[in-house]
Amino acid sequence: MPLSPIKPTDEQPVEPPRQLRMPVDPMLTLAVLGLAVCSIVTLGAATRDLIPGQPNYYVNRQLIYLVVGVLGMVVLSRLDYARLRQFKNGIYALLILSILAVLALGHAARGSQRAINLPFFSFQASELGKVLLILAIAAFVVDRARRLRERETTARVMIAALVPAMFVIAQPDLGSGMVYMVVAFTMLFVAGTAWRHLASLLVLVVVSLTFVLVAAPAAGVHVLKPYQVARLTAFLHPSSNPQKEGYQQQESKIAIGAGQKFGRGANASQVPNGFVPERHTDFIFAAVGERYGFVGAGLVLALYALLIWRALGVLVMAKDLFGSLIAAGIAAMLMFQVFVNVGMTIGIMPITGVTLPLMSYGGSSVITTLLAVGLLQSIYVQARASASLKGRVLRY
Amino acid sequence: MSALERVRPSEPHMPVSPQLAMRVAILGGLAMAMFAIIFFRLWFLQVLSGEQYVQQADANRARDLPIAAPRGEILDRAGQALVSSRTTNAVQIVPSALPAAGAPRLALYRRLGRLLGLSPAAIEALVVHGRSNLRYAPVTIKTDAGTGVLTVLAERQNEFPGVVQQPVSIRDYPHGEMAAQVLGYVGQVTKPELKMRAFQSVQQGTVVGQEGLEYYYDRYLRGKAGVQRVEVNAEGYPVAARLSPTAPQAGHSLRVTLDLGLQKASEKALLDGIEHARASGKPANAGAFVAMDPRNGQVLSIGSYPSFDPNKFAKPLTETEYKQLQGNSTEGGPLTDRAVNGTYPTGSTFKPITAMGALESGVLDPNAGLGAGRCIYVSTQQFCNAGQADYGAVSLVDALRVSSDTYFFEVGELANSHGDVIQRKARELGIGRKTGIDLPEELTGTVPNRLWRAHQNELELKCRARTHRPSCGIVAEIRPWSVGDNMHLAVGQGDLVTSPLQMAVAYSTLTNAFMHGGEGTVVTPHLGLEVDDATGGLVQALSPPPARHVHLNYSDLSLVMGGIHAAASQPGGTSFDVWNGWDQAQHPVYGKTGTAQREPKEDQSWYMCYVGDPQRPIVIAVTVEQGGFGAETAAPIARLIASKWFGRPAKFVAGSSKTR
Repeated sequence: MPLSPIKPTDEQPVEPPRQLRMPVDPMLTLAVLGLAVCSIVTLGAATRDLIPGQPNYYVNRQLIYLVVGVLGMVVLSRLDYARLRQFKNGIYALLILSILAVLALGHAARGSQRAINLPFFSFQASELGKVLLILAIAAFVVDRARRLRERETTARVMIAALVPAMFVIAQPDLGSGMVYMVVAFTMLFVAGTAWRHLASLLVLVVVSLTFVLVAAPAAGVHVLKPYQVARLTAFLHPSSNPQKEGYQQQESKIAIGAGQKFGRGANASQVPNGFVPERHTDFIFAAVGERYGFVGAGLVLALYALLIWRALGVLVMAKDLFGSLIAAGIAAMLMFQVFVNVGMTIGIMPITGVTLPLMSYGGSSVITTLLAVGLLQSIYVQARASASLKGRVLRY
Repeated sequence: MSALERVRPSEPHMPVSPQLAMRVAILGGLAMAMFAIIFFRLWFLQVLSGEQYVQQADANRARDLPIAAPRGEILDRAGQALVSSRTTNAVQIVPSALPAAGAPRLALYRRLGRLLGLSPAAIEALVVHGRSNLRYAPVTIKTDAGTGVLTVLAERQNEFPGVVQQPVSIRDYPHGEMAAQVLGYVGQVTKPELKMRAFQSVQQGTVVGQEGLEYYYDRYLRGKAGVQRVEVNAEGYPVAARLSPTAPQAGHSLRVTLDLGLQKASEKALLDGIEHARASGKPANAGAFVAMDPRNGQVLSIGSYPSFDPNKFAKPLTETEYKQLQGNSTEGGPLTDRAVNGTYPTGSTFKPITAMGALESGVLDPNAGLGAGRCIYVSTQQFCNAGQADYGAVSLVDALRVSSDTYFFEVGELANSHGDVIQRKARELGIGRKTGIDLPEELTGTVPNRLWRAHQNELELKCRARTHRPSCGIVAEIRPWSVGDNMHLAVGQGDLVTSPLQMAVAYSTLTNAFMHGGEGTVVTPHLGLEVDDATGGLVQALSPPPARHVHLNYSDLSLVMGGIHAAASQPGGTSFDVWNGWDQAQHPVYGKTGTAQREPKEDQSWYMCYVGDPQRPIVIAVTVEQGGFGAETAAPIARLIASKWFGRPAKFVAGSSKTR
């Protein structure tokens, strides 16, 4: 890893302006910009015929989201994330209120609603909620850093995540709700929660899944909507219902498989002709796989690997526990979303409506992810600054 | 913003503890495992099974639209077109390009309906039906719309969104009603046909032969449809990309044995004869003819009246139109090919067959004088000559010349005591069995004998027992075979059922045996001559072998042929005056009149003849239902046909003989 041009501390006291020259994490930046380019290129090819007469509709909008998101990322990277800790109650309240607002507006619109429609943009509170939740939980855990081994801490943190998760699932946005739970669990894990607490949490998950998917429907109580259950279980037997849930996944698999080593390029048909549903959002990886083949899909996955590797790197180098936990939450969010989304398109995961970070079209998702990366950058910058003060060289 | 300010003393910098290191390592390991799973899954999908998914993707997007193959022509023996194809513009609707359902689409249907003379509902029905067959294909609304309509559509294209013109090939029968039953017609392949072996490779919507030669030789004529591969989207609508089409293979052309000139002349002769019969008060409602080369069974002309125009089948017929063409079950209609499927007694044209049977079995002495008097009496029944004529006791040759019924009644009476001598000869020569002609349907016919009668009685009794009706009409009365039955058969009456074609085969057999000293062949009549490809190269010659060989006693045969030659060429012969002025030395005529009684209807006029020629001999069979005496109507028609064949001046000479 290239070293920053920090001079040894014993020569001179640290001058504040120097901090501004402190570079952002170059690999992290490379991964983000690479994925942004991949998103634009893939969307350009896949959505040309989606809206007749407007071949660049999705590309143009995604470009705007990316620019806005990158600006947000740069601003966040210049701020000290540690200051956010003091606003933890406000952040958590914002999280709950925004999700409730969507629920309430959705209720008013007599149907499912995941977003608040603004003039230029429909705001999906559950997406931004991921970052808010990560910040809030990181702050809670830090507050109880000395009581981490207590059962109460584990319970409180999980309940803090479960409340917004339940609201989000009610929207209904099952994917984001699952992200919340996974993020909270991972943050506890990194913070050092006792193994047996973690194990009992996993047992609880298995029991409740069994209850939700098997026992409750058998008793006539439907916790999830029938289509959600169908999607969750369709991937286990893809040929049983090729007309609906199984069909979507089957077509996605055909698209990716047909891409072969080097992709079908302009000859692609599965995605451009509409056989794969949600080609610009949830199933954009199918567009990559069909058009650019194993090579293209491999490139995108490599960029994700780079992104996650850097998130873990930032986790380790963070100057404080708060930073580490934020990085852990973001790493968990990225890992979960990438694995579940890609797994869904290649038929090894259920269809849950989880977006592919930065690749999927959509302002809320793109901007949220870029804000998360901005936090990582901030943690990186602060860690470098703190280390330079102590004369340490960080090598993570 | 100083970094110093922001580091709080209460929050010590966290050194990487062994616990954190382990947990992060686990997290990192999880990430690696996750990428490994995705990587191997992608490897499996894209690299190992890619081929298979490419096929599935191509199957998803490609829809095959058939491109109709140009159907092969049917040509006469000299290569002149009898049936061809012509290109016309069809009005089609592309469902995906139609305006939105509801009012805008209905308005379009109304505009188009006014132009084409169709109701909006009818157009809607066509579109719905067409889409259910092939939902991405254009639907044909009208095939032969006329130039006026097409010009309007072309000029005002923006008023007719989704309406296109497409050149299509339609079958053309330039000679209209001529030989229509034999040539047949075409139509879209039906659901039951699709299940038949003969139509195995045919796709839905293909136009195939439905009758006649069009049906029989369909596998040669239809060619092989090409394939237009259209790329479609998930809704099944075509998208812009075009995949390369497979060109259709044109059908082969069929050369038939018919002679266009002779065919036309024969049809006209039949009409002349019918007109002549009508002028003398006969109904003459139907008729048929067959002209055949007696050496090999090549059919030179064949026809049936009334006829129809096969071009009518280019557009869908209404139920009543079709019923009218079909006629009722006993009389038949224009679609009935009376030359092949007519169910007729033959009258006296059967006498040469009776004579051969009786002579060869030794029942009959050709020189013995028989048939004296006006009538023959057997028990209480009397069997009389037409018009109460008395020819006296005559020999065989004279009996054939004057067509003495009393003579042949006596022959029938004599033969009856020797069993089926007449029946066996008739069957041997081709009566009462299928000829094997290359047409989809043909009559079997009946040569009645003792066994047949017993069997019919049995069927009638069973039918009566089953249906509790007094009579089923299979036989008029339950009674055993009688000598009278055999006597009627001897003059071509009674329960005999045959067709002009079978009679032509029987006469051809007599003729070619006569040419070859008694060694004859029962020819297989046929229309197909050869199948040629689009460039004229021979694909297959069609020359069916004779059904069987027969050995006829030459001296007996010479007597019979002499008798019917005398009938056409010597004074007192039944058709002598019909052939008045004919050069019998150059083209000797061996002809026999027939007048089949079919009460309560008028008599059916028959004429069978062989006209000799070293190069182009011809056997002609003519019959006119309710046409009167054979010499009066059928024989003059036969002379007109022969005149055309040998290039003689056409002359309709009605004979005066009032014999049966």
